[in-house]
Amino acid sequence: MDKLNIMLVGVGGQGSLLASRILGNVALKMNFDVKVSEVHGMSQRGGSVVTYVKFDKKVYSPLIEKGEADLIVAFEQLEALRWIEFLKDGGKMIVNEQKINPMPVIIGKAKYPENIIDKIKSHYNNTISIDALKIAKECGNIKAVNIVLLGLMAKSTDIRKETWIEAITETVPAKFLDVNVKAFEAGYHS
Amino acid sequence: MRKLMLGNEAVARGAYEAGVTVAAAYPGTPSTEITENIAKYDEIYSEWSPNEKVSLEVAIGASIAGARAICSMKHVGLNVAADPLFTVSYTGVNGGLVIMVADDPGMHSSQNEQDSRFYARASKVPMLEPADSQECKDYVKMAFELSEKFDCPMFVRLSTRIAHSQSVVELGDKVEYQLKEYKKNFDKYVMMPAMARKRHVEVEKRMAALREFSNTTELNRIEWGNKEIGIITSGIAYQYAREAFGDVSYLKLGMVHPLPEKLIADFAKEVKALYVVEELEPFIENQVKKLGIQVIGKDKLPVIGELGAQLISEKILNKKIEVKSPINDVVPVRPPVMCPGCPHRGMFHVLKKLKLVVSGDIGCYTLGALPPTEAMDTCVCMGASVSGAHGMEKARGKDFAKKTVAILGDSTFIHSGITGLIDIVYNKGNSTVIILDNSITGMTGHQHNPTTGFTIKGEPAKQVDLVKLAQAVGVERVAVVDPFDIKEFEKVVKQEIAAEEPSVIISQRPCALLKNVQFDGPLTINNEKCKKCKLCLAIGCPAIVDKGDKIEINEALCVGCKLCTKLCNINAIEKAGDLNG
Ligand SMILES: Cc1ncc(C[n+]2csc(CCOP(=O)(O)OP(=O)(O)O)c2C)c(N)n1
Repeated sequence: MDKLNIMLVGVGGQGSLLASRILGNVALKMNFDVKVSEVHGMSQRGGSVVTYVKFDKKVYSPLIEKGEADLIVAFEQLEALRWIEFLKDGGKMIVNEQKINPMPVIIGKAKYPENIIDKIKSHYNNTISIDALKIAKECGNIKAVNIVLLGLMAKSTDIRKETWIEAITETVPAKFLDVNVKAFEAGYHS
Repeated sequence: MRKLMLGNEAVARGAYEAGVTVAAAYPGTPSTEITENIAKYDEIYSEWSPNEKVSLEVAIGASIAGARAICSMKHVGLNVAADPLFTVSYTGVNGGLVIMVADDPGMHSSQNEQDSRFYARASKVPMLEPADSQECKDYVKMAFELSEKFDCPMFVRLSTRIAHSQSVVELGDKVEYQLKEYKKNFDKYVMMPAMARKRHVEVEKRMAALREFSNTTELNRIEWGNKEIGIITSGIAYQYAREAFGDVSYLKLGMVHPLPEKLIADFAKEVKALYVVEELEPFIENQVKKLGIQVIGKDKLPVIGELGAQLISEKILNKKIEVKSPINDVVPVRPPVMCPGCPHRGMFHVLKKLKLVVSGDIGCYTLGALPPTEAMDTCVCMGASVSGAHGMEKARGKDFAKKTVAILGDSTFIHSGITGLIDIVYNKGNSTVIILDNSITGMTGHQHNPTTGFTIKGEPAKQVDLVKLAQAVGVERVAVVDPFDIKEFEKVVKQEIAAEEPSVIISQRPCALLKNVQFDGPLTINNEKCKKCKLCLAIGCPAIVDKGDKIEINEALCVGCKLCTKLCNINAIEKAGDLNG
């Protein structure tokens, strides 16, 4: 692997910031140049959020644009659909089966599209789906959805598992380490 | 040591390494994390000031007293701090003074897209612009040296993608900075006409020297490549340009004011086609054109929104990237919403029910303007709710005031709402002002403010007493109400808008995201009881979902604030089982 473009997409509050921080530390451990571009402020209040993580020998733009992502990790189904055009030909899509209705759907002004995961799978064969919320609950904390997804993602890269665990250990607060490592392992072996 | 750092965190590190001992700011996306990170250094006195004008004045005072001082704000904050800015340009500094300003192209979290580079020109304050986190740190350090060398404040300008991107930073050592001696100097620090006239001469001399400096400093560098195309660029636009054009020639400007005119002319001579790639206004482009140099810029690139590598390729190189998903479902937008448990939701329910004109302001509650609440009529700038409501009354009369309220948050009230309230009292208005006291500055991610009782370092502090403050400026009708007590809230609002004098209602309930706020856990809808009247949906809680055949509560989102139970006439909303069990 000499370069990798990863996008984390989801809903503000789902914990993509922490996941991107861990990813950034993984890149650093592997002596890559890396840029992580995040969203703070307004859209974090339940809006659509996207984080770009780029590993390369030298990274210029922090943004990943249409058709450029090697890997998209969608924390929510609708967000997978929203960002799908950013996936490059043959790129990999990981979709969490969770659904969070946006306000236009809640108030009946728009419809939540049906069978999103099936549709994505039928057009993008490199797609896996996972019920990360259920797995997180089983690990003892519904907030660990992000780390479960990170685990699954780790499996689809050729980066050593130990490197991920080290990065998690250095990034998350000590008192949450156990549950996060458990969530990571659960995602990795799912 | 190599570390991955946000641009804002790297700025903080730069300030630390430069020996800064005083930092002041008012929060504002995308600048907030600068001061949050500075506050982690024990060596640096840090504060959240009530607003940007105060923060700049604190930094100016510290500089005159001999310390290196930094102050940080978002682009619109600079409008508030503009008054001290234009005159500190005349006084110059004692200890180095750096003003961080963060623009928000694309308006991720802002009400306008102003380009703060024009302030540098207008106030004759030099401006640096870093293009990644390493440069954030290095330029801030350098800005302190230049501030002292040229006896002027320095701007360092960021944009959202620099402030909020992490990239690799090589850490450096902290310089041992000794406070500069404090000497009275009326000619330099007392800006009365006679002294200011002399200082203006100094300002012009300094700018001439800086124009020379700009031609030779390593802040402005040429990266030679293919000379068919030459690009003049700076900041984040440099990164996009590198990706779009690859191996061509670049003049990368680290100092965007004053521009290196000679260097630009020399660069232009060597390349066949010359472009300026910059976000927002043609700031560099117009100055290059004024030098008589032909250049292409905003006739191809937009002045609106952010740039990106693909956009630049498309507009300048005519390379259009077409990617189209074969799935043709319409993807509904996902605008930000008030969080589950948000105290503002109860208040909006009442304002909507009473069909009031709501003179609004900036904070989390601005989201109340969106469907389904749609209960806020205006939003201009911080504080404008209060003074705006007063203007409405003076335009349309007392009866209109009886259908109108102004709403603003606690931080916004302290920032610039209090002056509007004084205006109402002084000029015989009748407005009703609702202060949403959620015990924190919410929108920008939980910063303390003078009403919360804690400093930026988490130390206990005196708390502004909002009731006494309102009374002290002459408001005689002041009420404190819990916005989740919907009945009482409605009663108080009706009573106060009817009153023939100004009133203040303090809507008091802490932000649901604060650590000490505990609810009983998620609720669920008992489908046997539920009659699908949909009253609960009207409050616009993201956790309550209309599934067509039934109404459901998303237990992963619901915090259990119970606001919805107050709307349900038949008690169909109950506590759910334990999620983590
Ligand atoms: C002049 C200016 N400075 C800063 C900001 C950024 N900003 C937007 S809202 C806000 C504060 C909101 O806090 P508060 O009024 O307490 O309301 P809350 O978000 O807690 O509901 C800030 C700092 C701005 N828009 N304008």
